[in-house]
Parts: sequence; C-alpha cells; structure tokens
Amino acid sequence: MKPVKLVKSGVRNLMANKLRTGLAILGIVIGIGSVIALISMGESSKRAVQSQIQSIGSNLLTVSPGSQQSGSIRGAFGGATTLTNEDAAAILTASSVTTIKNVSSEYNGRAQVIADRNNTNTQIVGVQPVYAEVHKMTLSSGSFITGQQLSSMSRVAVVGPTVVEDLFGENANPIGQSIRISGKTFQIVGVAVSKGGTGFNNQDDRIYIPLTTAQKQLFGVKHLTSIALEANSELVMTTAQNQVGYLLLERHHLTDPAAADFRILSQEDILQTASQITGTFTALLTSIAAISLLVGGIGIMNIMLMSVTERTREIGLRKALGARKKVIISQFLTESIILTFTGGLIGIGLGVVGFYIYSRVNSSAFVVTPASVLLAFFVSVGIGVLFGWYPARKAANLQPIEALRYE
Amino acid sequence: MRDSLIKVSGLNKIYRTDDLELKVLSDINLHIDAGEFVAIMGPSGSGKSTLMHILGVLDLPTSGTYYLDGQNVGSLSDDELADIRNKKIGFVFQAYNLLPRTSAVENVMLPMDYAGIPDTDQLILAKRVLAMMGLSDRLDHPPNKLSGGQQQRVAIARALVMQPAIILADEPTGNIASVQAEEIMAIFQKLNADGHTIIMITHELNIAEHAKRIIHLFDGRVIEDGNGHQQRRISKKL
Ligand SMILES: Nc1ncnc2c1ncn2[C@@H]1O[C@H](COP(=O)(O)OP(=O)(O)OP(=O)(O)O)[C@@H](O)[C@H]1O
Ligand SMILES: [Mg+2]
Repeated sequence: MKPVKLVKSGVRNLMANKLRTGLAILGIVIGIGSVIALISMGESSKRAVQSQIQSIGSNLLTVSPGSQQSGSIRGAFGGATTLTNEDAAAILTASSVTTIKNVSSEYNGRAQVIADRNNTNTQIVGVQPVYAEVHKMTLSSGSFITGQQLSSMSRVAVVGPTVVEDLFGENANPIGQSIRISGKTFQIVGVAVSKGGTGFNNQDDRIYIPLTTAQKQLFGVKHLTSIALEANSELVMTTAQNQVGYLLLERHHLTDPAAADFRILSQEDILQTASQITGTFTALLTSIAAISLLVGGIGIMNIMLMSVTERTREIGLRKALGARKKVIISQFLTESIILTFTGGLIGIGLGVVGFYIYSRVNSSAFVVTPASVLLAFFVSVGIGVLFGWYPARKAANLQPIEALRYE
Repeated sequence: MRDSLIKVSGLNKIYRTDDLELKVLSDINLHIDAGEFVAIMGPSGSGKSTLMHILGVLDLPTSGTYYLDGQNVGSLSDDELADIRNKKIGFVFQAYNLLPRTSAVENVMLPMDYAGIPDTDQLILAKRVLAMMGLSDRLDHPPNKLSGGQQQRVAIARALVMQPAIILADEPTGNIASVQAEEIMAIFQKLNADGHTIIMITHELNIAEHAKRIIHLFDGRVIEDGNGHQQRRISKKL
C-alpha cells in the first residue's frame, strides 16, 4: 500500500478511540518534552561557562593561599595569610619562572560603603594598575588605578556598575564624587564596564582601590588573598603552573607538593569544575526524562497490543484477502509511528516553550540546538518502531481463519 | 489426462480442544476441473465451511494433500498463500466479513490494494462491480449502515473484483430475497460461462440446481458427488 493511504487509514483507526490515542500520545509528549527542555538547559549552561572562559581569558592562573591540609588544622579557603607581596615580586623576578607575562597582586575584603544617604556592603579589591590588563577590564568612564596612586597610597576608587546603581542611582555619573569606605573618604576616579555575572560572583558589585591603601589603611594586613598571573600563552599553562608552584614551595620552605599552603588554578580548571557539576546534574535530569520516555514507549506498546487483539478479525480478513505479512506489519508500525511522531512534535513544542520560560526566569541564554530537536524527533519515531514492532509482528503472524473466528 | 485445477486426496481435518478430538473432515478425495460450477450441500455442522476454507487456502488440512493448479499447497509459505488468495481465489464468507468503519467501495478496493493496482483503476473497477450488484447508490456506506443482503452483495462484489480463476462462495444467497438470489445466480452462471470455476455452499436445492455438479457432505464425508438429478434423489432419501 502507498504511504499516504497507510497514514490515512492509520489516522482513521486511531481516531476511532480518541481518548486512548490521546493518552498514549501524552506519554510520549511528556517524555520528549522533558528531554528537550533538559538537554537545552544543559546546553545553555555549558555555553554560559564557555563564554565566561572567553571573557576572562584562558591564559589566566590564580594563586590562592591555604585550603590544603596544613599540619592537622585545615585552613578555611582563602583564610590563610601565607601569600605575601614578596611572593608576588619573586614570581615576577625569579629566573626560574620564564612563562609569566604579568603578575597582579590582589587583596579582597568586604566593607561598609556610604555615599550621602545610601549605603551598601560590598567587595573591596586592592589592586595594582596591571589588574585591568590581566583581568581584561575596561572602563566606561574615568581612569583605572595608576602606579603613582599606588605608590602614594591614594584614597581613590574605581567602582563597578552595580555599586554606582546602589549608591547613586541608575545612569548617574559618580566621577569626582566621594564615598566613605569603613569610615575613610575615597574619591571615585573611574567606572567599570558591566561584565555580568550574578549573585555571589557578581563582578559588577565591586570597588577597586590601590593595593597599598587596602592593605595598610583599610584592612591593616600584609598578606594577599590572591595573585593573578597572566601566562605568555595558553600553551604554556602547565609549565607556568609548575614553575610558579616550585618557586612558592621553595619560598615557603616546603618539600612535599602535597603539603603546599597554596593552590594554583587556571581559569579553565575552575570553570571546568563548574561545568562538570552542571554536566552531571543535567545528565541526571536527562536520564530521568529518558526513563519517562521509556515509560511512554511501553504505553505505546501496550496500546498497540490492545489494538492488535481488538482487531484480530480485521487482520484475519486482510490476510484472507491477500495481505502479505509486510503489509500488516507496515500498517501497525504506521499507527505506532503516527502516535510517537505526533507525541514527539507536541513534546518538542512544549519542551521548547518550557525552556523559553526557564531561560526568561533565570535570564539565561535561550538556545535550542537543531541537533537536540532532530535527536528528539528521531528518538520519538524510533520509539514508535521499537515498541510497535512486536505488536505488528504478532498481528502479521496470525492465521487467517483463526483470526476471523476470534471473538 | 490433464491435471485437475483442484486435486484433494486423503484429506482429514481434526480439531483438538484440550482432551476432545473432533474429526470434522475425513478422507476427502476430490477433483474439480477448471470451468466447473459446483454446489456443496449438507446439513449444518457437516464440515462444508471447513472444506471451503481449506480449498481457499485460508486453512490447512491436518493430513492429506491438496494440489491447486499443480502446486502442493502444504509446501507454500505464508506470503505465497496470501498471493494465491489475492489473485487466484475470490472468497465470499458466510458471515460477509466486511471491514468496519470502511465504505462499501473501499471494502471492494481492498484486494486490489494488496495486488498493487493503481488507485484510480481500483475506484473504476470497484464501482463497476458494485453497480453490477445493484449498489451504485450505496458506495460510501459503511457496513453498519447496510442491510444484511446489501452487505452480502458487497462481499460478493469484493470476491469478484479481482476476476479470480476460482470463486468460492459460502452461502452467497443466505440473506437475499429470492428475486435477488436469482440475479446473483445469473451473475455466477455468466462468470462460469466466461471460464471462472465456481464452488458454492448452499442449503437450498433450487439454488444448487444452478450448478452443474453437486457434492453432498455428511458428517465430514462426501456421500454423493454427481449431477443435479442424482442429488434430488438423495435429498429425498435423507
Ligand atoms: N476452530 C474449531 N474448533 C473446534 N471445532 C470446530 C472449529 N471450527 C469448526 N468446528 C466444528 O467443525 C464442525 C464443522 O463446522 P463447519 O463450519 O464446517 O460446518 P458447516 O457445514 O459449514 O455448517 P453450517 O451449515 O452451519 O455453516 C462443526 O461441528 C464445528 O463445531
Ligand atoms: Mg458453514
């Protein structure tokens, strides 16, 4: 029989029992819909991580203190005071370190910030002029911390856009204004361009001041919370990690790398961990969705088996009139594929809509890859074939007279 | 001697249900030549339909051989049997067996579908045969909107439409008024004159008399096989 005719008679048979057909399709809709939505969510968070790597720069290394087992007391991450200005200077000057282009010493702390009537609690970053280059930071107005301001311990600040919004309101120009950080007056000299990021990791909710001012005047410390290193190229990252690692071990009088009181992570290491976590999470959710798809498939098989039993006489008649096995098989396979095909189409539609809502709520990227749609489409048709095959075979193998006699 | 179209020898059909064994046909030997018009008679339950199903390769004998057109039916595959049913045999069932929710014309088109005949030709042929059966104004009616007699005529139209060499009809006039029954017999006789072999089951002697040969079954055995005159004698005896 011609495909058009097969589909037409298949639709007619399925329409004869609308409720049952609808329920069977619903099972596939739920399965395909959740698979599509979850694959898309995974894909969108993967892309977010990738674009973050690109914006930060892939030849960036971060040295942070502590966190490894020191003696029997495990220091809190970033809480140790083992990283010093001298360490940073040594990395820049040591002849054993040949792969580092720029060294940016940083001190990070939180403080209360007041401007006129508004106040906020935000992150204060003590930086050197090289910070802007290492972190690919650009300003929307004013200028960054200069070498002169660093050596003279000036009370100047470059602020992130979120800080501007919090303290001065949207679209205000704060250049030249004064703010009070922990009771000390600072003059705003620059505003950073928005880098995005949300919540805890909001790079726009920061105030940059000279490192010297931060260490001596604001926080009264001598150590650093991190040293950012810019390697000569992406290709020498491992070498750079080793060179800096051995230098710091030597400076800290340590012989066993396992006992190191610092960590050196590339930006990729950090983001890889992040994407591994989201990846595992997505895989878990997708496998749950796949199970619901499997259940949907079993539903299809169930419906088709019922249909074969109900239509035993019809099958007997068709065989009596000369239908070959192949004809009967294609007739029943067509019906199960119509079910899963329809379910797949609706499921893809609902999955995309669901993902769109998710991406609006989470203000994340709305990217539906053609590959995932195509995959879902073929999977749904494949399920029709897979779960329709056994009932169709069963129908084709019926003996005409026995089938015609069936009550 | 030329081989018969239908050659049945030593044929038995036994139904087994749990511990019960029912011998429905025993030791049937039968030769039917191309171009014959045969009526099968016998009391209810004597095995007429069972024999007809075997002759129409819808069912297989328990033992014995059946040669159809020189081919041993027992050695053929399911698909080969399907092709024989499709092209060589037109079967009119005792219970009509029309496809539900499917119009009269589409029911008649079914066997042509399986033969791969183009749709437009199917429609023309189906309409022609249905017109012959006096159903031109019922083409689009599904079986549940047709009377018993109309359904039977659709079933006959479906059996004729492929112009099969053999037409097997299980009580083709069972539900039809005698005037229409005569019309159908006229059609059968015309088909027979055109060279089609016709075998029909009937309970009515006046219908059987349209055939050239009457086979009488009793309790699964052929008890008489001859022309109409002998048959009348036997019917009186029973
Ligand atoms: N599948 C089966 N299983 C068991 N017994 C069967 C089966 N099919 C038919 N029979 C038996 O075989 C016998 C012959 O049946 P068949 O249908 O051939 O009779 P028939 O001569 O056509 O009768 P009628 O004139 O009433 O149509 C009956 O006794 C019936 O009960
Ligand atoms: Mg019968």
